[in-house]
Amino acid sequence: MFEIVEKRELAAGIYLTRVKAPRIAHSAQPGQFVIVRADEKGERTPLTIADYDDAEGTVTLVTQAIGVSTRKITAKGVGDSLADVAGPLGRPSDFVNEPLEELRKRHLVFVGGGVGTAPVYPQVKWLAERGVEVDVIVGAKSKDMLIYKEEMAKVATNLYIATDDGSEGFHGLVTALLENLVTEQGKHYDGVVAIGPMIMMKFVTLTAKKLELPCTVSLNALMVDGTGMCGACRVTIAGKTKFTCVDGPEFNAYDVDFDEAMRRQAMYRAQEQHANEHAHKCNCF
Amino acid sequence: MANKIPRVAVREQDPKLRATNFEEVCYGYNEEEAQLEASRCLNCKNPRCVAACPVGINIPAFIERLTKGDNAGAAAVIAKDSSLPSICGRVCPQESQCEGSCILGIKGEPVAIGKLERYVGDWHLEHPESELLQAKESAHRVAVVGSGPSGLACASDLAKMGYDVTVFEALHELGGVLVYGIPEFRLPKQKIVAREIEKVCRLGVKFETDVVVGRTITVDALLDEEGFEAVFIGSGAGLPRFMGIEGENLNGVLSANEFLTRANLMHAYDEEYDTPIYVGRRVVVVGGGNVAMDAVRTAKRLGADAHIVYRRSEKELPARVEEVHHAKEEGIEFRMLTNPTRILGDEKGWVRAINCVQMELGEPDDSGRRSPVEVAGSDFELECDVVIMALGTSPNPLIASTTDALDTTRRGCIVADDEGRTSREGIFAGGDAVTGAATVILAMGAGRKAAAAIDEYIKSKQ
Ligand SMILES: Cc1cc2nc3c(=O)[nH]c(=O)nc-3n(C[C@H](O)[C@H](O)[C@H](O)COP(=O)(O)OP(=O)(O)OC[C@H]3O[C@@H](n4cnc5c(N)ncnc54)[C@H](O)[C@@H]3O)c2cc1C
Ligand code: FES
Repeated sequence: MFEIVEKRELAAGIYLTRVKAPRIAHSAQPGQFVIVRADEKGERTPLTIADYDDAEGTVTLVTQAIGVSTRKITAKGVGDSLADVAGPLGRPSDFVNEPLEELRKRHLVFVGGGVGTAPVYPQVKWLAERGVEVDVIVGAKSKDMLIYKEEMAKVATNLYIATDDGSEGFHGLVTALLENLVTEQGKHYDGVVAIGPMIMMKFVTLTAKKLELPCTVSLNALMVDGTGMCGACRVTIAGKTKFTCVDGPEFNAYDVDFDEAMRRQAMYRAQEQHANEHAHKCNCF
Repeated sequence: MANKIPRVAVREQDPKLRATNFEEVCYGYNEEEAQLEASRCLNCKNPRCVAACPVGINIPAFIERLTKGDNAGAAAVIAKDSSLPSICGRVCPQESQCEGSCILGIKGEPVAIGKLERYVGDWHLEHPESELLQAKESAHRVAVVGSGPSGLACASDLAKMGYDVTVFEALHELGGVLVYGIPEFRLPKQKIVAREIEKVCRLGVKFETDVVVGRTITVDALLDEEGFEAVFIGSGAGLPRFMGIEGENLNGVLSANEFLTRANLMHAYDEEYDTPIYVGRRVVVVGGGNVAMDAVRTAKRLGADAHIVYRRSEKELPARVEEVHHAKEEGIEFRMLTNPTRILGDEKGWVRAINCVQMELGEPDDSGRRSPVEVAGSDFELECDVVIMALGTSPNPLIASTTDALDTTRRGCIVADDEGRTSREGIFAGGDAVTGAATVILAMGAGRKAAAAIDEYIKSKQ
């Protein structure tokens, strides 16, 4: 059992949950994720790590309540426990193993969309703590759906906001803002890292290609075990089958077959919808 | 004239009924049946069955106890060599081990050694007071990675010797393949597996689930930072193989591991649980081993029209004969000498059919085995909406790749000698992690040998 020590609603339906998980907090590195099971009957749900604190022995998760499992997770409050939190899983971001002198010479821009903004944070924080300059673009539907703004502002060299409705920052999509920064505002970047909905990552990749910038994405494939045992998380990378949970979750964006990845993500959509309706009925007698 | 008695038939659930539920297929013997069957044993002077048992259980001796109604005595005989009789009695390939070499089998039917072992094992679970051992306090700590049969056997032997043992398991439940792979209808989880694990708990063994060794903590950290004097790696062979044919990433293609994990570990067939499972109308399972049988029979129970596609002939099916027999009774279609070449999808990327070729047995190769060769122009399409690949598994590279100087073979198996010693002092390994996918009894045996070697190692250091 993993006790919840903090819980906050960051935006409508998006919650921060901080749990006691000392072993994970001690080993976690940027880019990794955990598998969470809310209770005995729950699914094993992969969630990226939004922060970790070795001294406190805690790990922070940011979850958007969209399905049965994420609603179960977000329904829990301080003092409650999650049945299981396993990890840290997946390979850490490549930059973790690069020499710092090299990293300091490069200027990366991170693009976070929706809840995908949360896992961008530990990466930017890790780099900032080591004196590496990083710009960050955060995208959301509107001003009230923005998350991690203050935290990100503290660690990013420059923070840019894009909202679909223009209620804050740039009016438009993150892709348009990225292009604007490079072509209009003369920003120089050496690479892009994008984390967010699959469709956003696909379009950021196209933009990066146009701008001739290397690009990394963190794939949120369907998973069961998260340890390489089942292959539910198969993705095609440069024409080869890879397991997202052990070979990823981060991949060279140019190599990813996004259309297949999106199709595979929808494998259980019919069952999920059924479960959602079922749960809905049960909740409003 | 003991051998004039015919082999005592075992009671089973009706095939039609059981093809729609997950309850155990075989009911096993009651005391009377067990005694009668035991009386068939000739108590050979040179028992061939013992030589054919991977862990050398003194089979005639335990059967002799049974004829006298001495269940506790029979349990004690088996316990010397096996710690999981109720499980091995259910899942061992007896036809190629003990029963396969029983002298009675030459002219008639061998003694039902597996069913007798199961009887004794189940009796023992019902009478736990016959256990004598109590864990002693020890300052020597040993870590066990993985809670499958190898890890459980190693942990329980070490605990009986007085060691302070902690088992680290990656998943949320204990038991390894016994819980995530082998289905309920063959190996009941609460009635059998949970109670075997309970036995290990009572010996004072500690368990930590949700610990993925190599990620959550490394083997080196267990030794250097957490004060364990030795580590046993029993992490199994969990990595599924795929064929590498076209269409394998279509929606509806999955590994047997995924399908079985959803059904068994995650209880996807039970409405109360959240994990979804997709069964479709017609399921094709590719492969012929126990894993393939388990997957196809699970699919059948979930309501699908279920088929096996296997590239060799029926004689070569590596599954236990009992499983093949049960599968046929349940209405599974077997398509032998058939090899998939391509999986076909609809316009939305979901499986609609599997393209296969017919095979025939060619000339015998050097080993004398006739390998299948393609019949030219025999391509055909088999309509289906789910394809399950049951082609075997290999060890997960995670532990080897995160442990300094731990040697592995080209196939990714950890290199270990007969006693489980690896290339690293203080690190031992056994079971599927060393041999590649094998059997419960071999894994159990390897865990026990390693426990003895660990004891010797720790004593030698003092
Ligand atoms: C579907 C199926 C049916 C089978 N049927 C039969 C049968 O009828 N008869 C028979 O004899 N054999 C059968 N087998 C084979 C048998 O189950 C295995 O040979 C046996 O379980 C191997 O035992 P093990 O202890 O080596 O590994 P496993 O049972 O695989 O256990 C390994 C454990 O280690 C854990 N683990 C892995 N990596 C890590 C890590 N990094 N950190 C922590 N924990 C980790 C795993 O989660 C797992 O719980 C079957 C296998 C399958 C998959
Ligand atoms: S989630 Fe099962 S292999 Fe990746």
